[in-house]
Amino acid sequence: MEHGSLEDSSASTFSIAEEDHTLANSVRFVLNQDPRVAFCGYSIPHPADNKVNIRVQTTGDPAKDVFKDALQDLIVMCQHVRGTFDNAVVDHRSNISAQQMDIDSNSQGCGTISKRLYQMLTSAPHSIDKTN
Amino acid sequence: MPKKGTKKGKSADDEPKEQNKLPEHLEVQRTRVVCKADAPTEGFQYAGAFAAMGIDNSVSVDKFCKNFKVMVNRLTEDDMEFDMIGIDASIANAFRRILIAEVPTMAIEKVLMVDNTSVIADEVLSHRLGLIPLDADPRLFEYISENDVPNERNTIVYKLHVSCKRGSPRLTVKSGDLEWLPEGSQLPLASPAQSGDKQKTYTSFGQSQKDIFEKPLGVKFKDITIARLGPGQAIELEVHAVKGVGKVHAKWSPVATAWYRMLPEVVFREEIRDDAAEKLVKKCPVNVFDIEDLGNGEKRAVVARPRACTLCRECVMGPTGEQVELRRVRDHFIFTIESTGALPPEVLFTEAVRNLEEKCERVISELS
Repeated sequence: MEHGSLEDSSASTFSIAEEDHTLANSVRFVLNQDPRVAFCGYSIPHPADNKVNIRVQTTGDPAKDVFKDALQDLIVMCQHVRGTFDNAVVDHRSNISAQQMDIDSNSQGCGTISKRLYQMLTSAPHSIDKTN
Repeated sequence: MPKKGTKKGKSADDEPKEQNKLPEHLEVQRTRVVCKADAPTEGFQYAGAFAAMGIDNSVSVDKFCKNFKVMVNRLTEDDMEFDMIGIDASIANAFRRILIAEVPTMAIEKVLMVDNTSVIADEVLSHRLGLIPLDADPRLFEYISENDVPNERNTIVYKLHVSCKRGSPRLTVKSGDLEWLPEGSQLPLASPAQSGDKQKTYTSFGQSQKDIFEKPLGVKFKDITIARLGPGQAIELEVHAVKGVGKVHAKWSPVATAWYRMLPEVVFREEIRDDAAEKLVKKCPVNVFDIEDLGNGEKRAVVARPRACTLCRECVMGPTGEQVELRRVRDHFIFTIESTGALPPEVLFTEAVRNLEEKCERVISELS
């Protein structure tokens, strides 16, 4: 629910039910990164109420649009996190199986593992996929 | 605030390349949390913090996508650790909160007690049963609401029927004694059915769960002690497991715990040699420092394992306090997930991220 004024659309409070710090703090961060935002903060009016109020004041644009853009940005960021994470897991799995083959062919065992692991930990991440 | 001066800090290679570089002490304030002996110091975070110096501190989506990295350090069946680089604490914390409280699992919610002559009270026994991790993929189930009839899509039924014979030694009841009932409840509802009618039970399964699910829906660990029975005591009960989330009750939390810490960074302001170096190495309880032999009897302390640092601040207290600087990298998180077994940890994280997306979508659609 949006609480604003009819004359001035650049400042509004969005009251969101069934949400808490999880969403509010993330959106607050994204909004604060937006150059159109003059002020953004959130509060949970009472710990027993299951709602948050997010205050958005902009430099002129309608607060609602800016707020929606922030949510959209957060979705895009999440999708990117998901894609990157999945790639990292796949990379890790293929590294591990490559290592296993190494150990099979090379009976030195432990020494090989720790050295490989060290390389893995210190090397740059392999591929970062921009798309999901 | 960190002092200006000669610092042997390693350059922050994961920072965005800017035409204008901030002076080093400001760069430290921007990207690190410095842990002093008494308290950490906070820096500046907002987008325009360094605008006067021509530095853009904002994080646009493009910039985020360019800089964000994930590296998996450890991945096993039920536990993983990975590095998440280039993300703000608010979002990392959102993932952690969702993992603990909002990713659904299946857990025992209803216990139909037929007989319990053990010393453990009904309600305590029920509570113990509720906490048993089940080996069922929650994504294949639906939530059950108050007025719903329990069916094969929203309920898993188990039976526990154990007794200890008179004259035999005490019996330990383990979670493995729970028997999955893929056909649903076996307990008849109060009124006896008419002859020929199928006996009504506490659930109405349309088909056997054996036909729907590929693998049997057992318990994850078969060796959890539920109760102990003395000679002549018995427990007979039936339990119904349903889908839920951790914020309703911790038994539905899919993680034993999920946590992150910022990457520790230990920097020497000046070289620490000989005796002082030996002392520093001894002082650190987790062996962050090593001694490097410089030849002709001279020694120097080096930071060998900064990742092991627990930020106990032992090294910044006392005589070496001025020479050592303890920092944490603000946007580098070492994230650990310990799954309780229903879903593997990497799937849990993906589900958590998707959950945050769904929250955003919900709010967007509510506003328009």
